[in-house]
Amino acid sequence: MSKKMIEKEKHISVGTRPERMDAKEKVTGHALYGTDINLPGLLHGRVLRSPHAHARIVSIDTSKAEDLPGVFAVVIASDLPEADDRTEKAGESTINYKFLRDNNLASDKVLYVGHAVAALAAKSPDVAQNALELIEVEYEILEPVLDVRHAMSDKTEVLHEQIRTDGPNGSGDTPSNIAQHIRHVKGDLDKGFSDADVIVEREFTTVPVHQSYLESHAATAVWGMDGTLTIYSSTQGAFLARRQVSELLQYPMAKIKVIPTEVGGAFGGKNPTYVEAPAALLARKTGRPVRVVMSREEVILGTGPGSGTAIKVKVGATKLGKITAAQAELCYEAGAYPGSPVHPGAMAMFAAYDIPNGQIDGYDVLVNKPRVAAYRAPGAPQSAFAGEQIIDELAQKIGMDGVEFRMANAASEGTERLDGSLHKSIAIQEILGVIEDHPHYNEPLDGPNQGRGVAIGFWDNWGARSSVEINVNSDGTVNLISGSVDLTGSRTTVAMQAADVLEIPFENVKSSMVDTDSISYTDTSAGSRTTMATGLAAVEAARDVLAKLKAEVADMWSVSLDSVVYSKGVFGTNERKSENITFADLAAKLSGQINGHGNVNVENWAGAGGGTIVDVEVDPETGQVKVLRCTAIQNAGKAIHPGHVEGQMQGGVVQGIGWALYEGYQYDELGRVLNANLLDYKLPTSLDVPSIEAVIIEKPFPSNPYGARGVGETPIISPAPAIANAVQQALGKRIDQLPMTPTTLLDKIGVI
Amino acid sequence: MKTFDYEAPVTIDQTITMMSKTHGQILLLAGGTDLLVQLRSGNKDVDLVIDVKGIPELNQISYDELSGLIIGAAVPCSQIYESQPVLEKFPAIIDAATIIGGKAIQNRASFGGNLCNASPSGDAIGAMMSLGAICNVVGSEGARNIPIEEFCIAPGKNALETGEMLISIQIPSPRPNSGSHYIRFTPRAEMDIAVAGVGASIELDSNLDQILSARIALVAVAPTPLLATEAAESLIGQEPSGPIFEKAANIAKQTIRPITDVRGSASQRKHLIGVLTRRCLDIAVNRAVQVS
Repeated sequence: MSKKMIEKEKHISVGTRPERMDAKEKVTGHALYGTDINLPGLLHGRVLRSPHAHARIVSIDTSKAEDLPGVFAVVIASDLPEADDRTEKAGESTINYKFLRDNNLASDKVLYVGHAVAALAAKSPDVAQNALELIEVEYEILEPVLDVRHAMSDKTEVLHEQIRTDGPNGSGDTPSNIAQHIRHVKGDLDKGFSDADVIVEREFTTVPVHQSYLESHAATAVWGMDGTLTIYSSTQGAFLARRQVSELLQYPMAKIKVIPTEVGGAFGGKNPTYVEAPAALLARKTGRPVRVVMSREEVILGTGPGSGTAIKVKVGATKLGKITAAQAELCYEAGAYPGSPVHPGAMAMFAAYDIPNGQIDGYDVLVNKPRVAAYRAPGAPQSAFAGEQIIDELAQKIGMDGVEFRMANAASEGTERLDGSLHKSIAIQEILGVIEDHPHYNEPLDGPNQGRGVAIGFWDNWGARSSVEINVNSDGTVNLISGSVDLTGSRTTVAMQAADVLEIPFENVKSSMVDTDSISYTDTSAGSRTTMATGLAAVEAARDVLAKLKAEVADMWSVSLDSVVYSKGVFGTNERKSENITFADLAAKLSGQINGHGNVNVENWAGAGGGTIVDVEVDPETGQVKVLRCTAIQNAGKAIHPGHVEGQMQGGVVQGIGWALYEGYQYDELGRVLNANLLDYKLPTSLDVPSIEAVIIEKPFPSNPYGARGVGETPIISPAPAIANAVQQALGKRIDQLPMTPTTLLDKIGVI
Repeated sequence: MKTFDYEAPVTIDQTITMMSKTHGQILLLAGGTDLLVQLRSGNKDVDLVIDVKGIPELNQISYDELSGLIIGAAVPCSQIYESQPVLEKFPAIIDAATIIGGKAIQNRASFGGNLCNASPSGDAIGAMMSLGAICNVVGSEGARNIPIEEFCIAPGKNALETGEMLISIQIPSPRPNSGSHYIRFTPRAEMDIAVAGVGASIELDSNLDQILSARIALVAVAPTPLLATEAAESLIGQEPSGPIFEKAANIAKQTIRPITDVRGSASQRKHLIGVLTRRCLDIAVNRAVQVS
């Protein structure tokens, strides 16, 4: 692979804004999503879910449900083979197959309200629903553990008897709800704090927040006579879904074909599978295709949101504005099984700063809530909400402008982070520079009860494996297939990169996402990796095509391969200047097939920083916060499709506004979710968010041919702390709790 | 959702007959924005759904000085807020019609449906209550009128007897020098349900310096929307002013015992009723001054 970046003058499609290839299909309702899959003889699967947050399953009697006319099969955990107690990386999260099995269908215990206990298939959704009520489950109810701090004490019920804390000094010797304790240490913390003139310390809390993708989870399974299991899935990673089903069913990967449907949003939440294996079991038992589609209530109760947290932060600085030490304790709810994003939360917390002395303790804590899943920069919005408020407060105490204070402590290439990694090329200083110069930061506010807040954030992104194949057609067009599920328009951005390398018009590339039988392994669309990593695979595949075509040309003209050149869509040779042939003409002449392969495993990628400037107006009598103006700034490395990058930035900010002001699970004391619907789980509507200005910075990452970095996750990190900082300015009160709802605000300012 | 029968009669008589002949649970369907959600979620069992959208009397808006405003029970919000007499004379009705749900919901949801659904947080109920609306009801025993403050009797329960249906809602013509307003608090700007709401109508004397009559309705702070009679009485004979509104707001706040639920706490609701009553009275009086 050539390490050289592709010269700017060869960016023909890259950097432009072509229409998304999937746009028309989606906006006209023709695109096929998980719920649209309809096969002859289809049965409707439904899942029985636990009404209890914590209980032992004493018995399950499915006989009455099985006897109901129209019911074809019922399955429970014992229909799944035993699974390995093995943990693997899955996107930015991890999957342990034993826990995944129990999360698909609970075996001995139910660990949250909404935990799947049984699944059945019936001739209609109504019969299936009625049959669920006939399944008799006897529970022995246990004390629910709902608060992360309480879960960490040794005076509480333990969710898993076999779990010992995996800590910095080895494994604990008693059962604990703390599955893991990580510790990052840099420098001399005590000395750092003793060098500080000002120290600020606070504790913050956040609640679980759901990705709230428009499309719920859906899977349709069908078994072929040859033993092939085909699954249509709303997954964000077809190969990842195949791996999970293979493990859960103990069935060979080669005989499982996962067909990814169009996906109506995922944000990390469609990495774990929930209904794929139960659908497969039901399809095997009935010999008919079975489709399981979750309701919104099931999505909220039964799938993984982002972690609720309790975070303590302490930061010290000199009068002159240099941070001397930073310490944080991050307690992250994992939900029912280990695997909270406390690692990336700890990574992101102070990553934008050069901190000489620091310590972070992170705890992965089990509570009786759904097992969390990745949610866009998993773990980072929570830690940034805490960290960026402390930074703001510290600047205020010192009497320095917040942006100036951040600039004075900004990390740069080579800075050692608290987790020990060295920063590659980053652009924190450039981002702060843009903020400082932006009109939004400099124009005065224009009314009472208004405030302006700023926050920045950094996200590490991901690289990993991607595969692309390009087939050349005789008319000079090409078909490109990739193993990446297209969540954000990556079909288009991947094709743009291939078009540029092939030096053909973007319109001549048809790009598709395909099933797991049709291309080699590709990691899940997560970690902001797809446009960058699958794009790189497309670059490689295109280069492979060109190499093969050059060989054809050399053959055709009987010249040496080395002499063949290709520029602006035309092949020539240095041996005879008179010879030339266009890409299309050559394609028409080919006697054999030309296809290019790009299989990459990106091990060298770069993170991306971003920032938010936000103006709010608070109604001190009602506690309502209105976001008046918002500017998002981000380093994209290279914006392959600037419109898509802006869309990601705006979408991230909208979700960030949701985290800040509206969204969060509400539980009663028994662990029942009080707002498992989209009326009471409040997402911001279009009337609740202002027009968001997106400012793209392009500081290239030199190891990518276009300098591209991942862009999808960074923009969700800084909105919530920026809004909190703005609210603080408006009210004179720092809010240490998410979401900052009117109820919370009125309570914090002492009105109610 | 269990199976049920569906009928769409085109006259009131047909509907009354149908209701008297059917055994089992009957529900009337207008816009369906509450009913369909309840059926789908399995919260309500029903044997027969009668769609009343095809009945002319239920789809009309009319106004004259003598009868006042008559809103057919199935008229959707979007027709209400496009109606000229409503726009000219009943600002509180416009306020409520434009905040229920969102644009799409407003094309379906009716004031009659909102009323029959008898939700404690019914915005239309609060607005109509502040304007002294009368509910026109017909059953097999004949017609009767129910004052709107007596129509809702518990959350989800209304005063209709078995076999009765709501035909229309009648709102008296506004008195000279009067103004009305409906205001609510929701965390979101649309697609939301009131944490608390206040409707008010105020009549001033011809010099505009004395309050002759007042009605204040409170929403989402009791099992049903209710009139804040004491608070309204405190205004009578007074010169409209901030302190007078504040006093009425305090009285309104003291007379309620709201609950804590997923949408807000009891103390928040009490506090909000104070804030909203004051703001609502201020705007209602301003409107009264403007129309005079």
